[in-house]
Amino acid sequence: MIELENVAYSYSGGALFSDISLRLAPGSFHFLTGPSGAGKTTFLKLCYGALLPTAGQVTIFDKDLAALTRDDIAILRRRMGVVHQDCQFLDHLTLSENLALPLIASDRAAEDAQQDLEDLMAWVDLTHRADALPPELSGGERQRAALARGVIMSPDVIIADEPTGNVDWEMSQRLLRLLVELNKMGKTVLVATHDLSLIRAAKSQVQARVLRIASNRVQLAGADL
Amino acid sequence: MSLLWRTDGQAGRVVPPSGFTAHLLVFAAAAMAFLAVFALALSLASGRLAARWGDELAQSATIRIVAPLEQRDAQTEAALRILQTTAGVAFARALDTEEQQALLAPWFGPELDIENLPVPQLIEVIEEDTGFDAAGLRLRLAAEVPGAVLDDHTQWRAPLVEAADRLRLLGGISIVLLAVTMAAVVTLAANAALAANAQVIKVLRLVGATDQFIAQAFVRRFTGRALAGALGGTLLGMVAVLLLPPASDAGGFLTGLGFQGLEWALPLLIPLLAAVVAFGATGWSAKRVLGELA
Repeated sequence: MIELENVAYSYSGGALFSDISLRLAPGSFHFLTGPSGAGKTTFLKLCYGALLPTAGQVTIFDKDLAALTRDDIAILRRRMGVVHQDCQFLDHLTLSENLALPLIASDRAAEDAQQDLEDLMAWVDLTHRADALPPELSGGERQRAALARGVIMSPDVIIADEPTGNVDWEMSQRLLRLLVELNKMGKTVLVATHDLSLIRAAKSQVQARVLRIASNRVQLAGADL
Repeated sequence: MSLLWRTDGQAGRVVPPSGFTAHLLVFAAAAMAFLAVFALALSLASGRLAARWGDELAQSATIRIVAPLEQRDAQTEAALRILQTTAGVAFARALDTEEQQALLAPWFGPELDIENLPVPQLIEVIEEDTGFDAAGLRLRLAAEVPGAVLDDHTQWRAPLVEAADRLRLLGGISIVLLAVTMAAVVTLAANAALAANAQVIKVLRLVGATDQFIAQAFVRRFTGRALAGALGGTLLGMVAVLLLPPASDAGGFLTGLGFQGLEWALPLLIPLLAAVVAFGATGWSAKRVLGELA
């Protein structure tokens, strides 16, 4: 589904990753952990095509990213739900309009997916906030909304960057349950987090593998987690 | 292009409203369109003037018989005989005393007794569509009617027609310059809007929007504004032209600045031109900025 082969990534300041080979199998659940600044967000961006590797090959849905145009990657991204820590909404649109953005961007009329939209808002318990503007939402509401937007296209892969970074423990457990639910529906899930307690909590609900960024490499973490 | 004409307006809404900038663009489009209406009116009026001067003077010529009084009638008769046998001359006649007096009246008054003055006799010559050989006629007149001077109006007509043609060209150039200025204004505004909405573009890319979708959202917005502004400016310009004094001989060219008949439909092309210019300028700008933001 997502495959990295001998991938390296360098900023102008130096190498961030080198020689990473990894495969995220369909239906798998992965956590990505590591200290702040280790490159978790950059790694995720490589996984959803927002960045191209400086060496090696990234393959998404059997397509080599280097051979694709920007528009090809955008179309590919419709099969991936991306959830950012800072959520990234359009502040002039209501919550329901923001949730429908992937539909609009893929030239599908939001009206045709009205029922899906309502179901999703109920799933993340935000029906009552449908007409609110993003700045009016709490941190937890924004995170749940970002997750709902990430899955409205029924993607095959969910990639979440610190989805529980700005919420309390109870809300982070709630978000985790939603991610686990998606994984049980067959979605591939990759979650970057520095919150080890979240990973421990997840292990009781789902068979998750943990990847750790250390020394410019991404390695499978051991039992110490 | 299809997205531009979608009726649901979903795509256009992804670009946040930009208030003051939007009003400036609408105002600029309106001002350009207003000026373009006048440039068009100038161009059309100049064209009409050139055509009129050309038509009125091109098909006629004048022969002056400058001779002593006792020879004038004989030379006039001789000139008329030559004209009757000249190919390309449809009609020729000598102006009578009253007509010549009327021509001189603005300078000497209606009481002038030209019978006893050595005023040249004028012969009006009307040409056929094919025209006549002016050089050949001059040679024949010189040989048989020594006092005859042929004036085929070329020396009058050419500079007048040229001046009118230049005015028409200036009107056309003005319209082109206004269109280019419009393109520059829209490009600047679109660049500013795209740069200011880098975050919006980032979000749209995150949710799978293609460059074409993003560009069209901006193109739609700017084309709509340019069209609205230009439509308003054009209508105001047409009203202003309508309120100009009507054409009259006394007013000459200045009162002839306006549209006639079907010409009134031409200014309505200005908003369409503005929309096309805005469409192209925003599309080009979006393509460039989206490439830079990649």
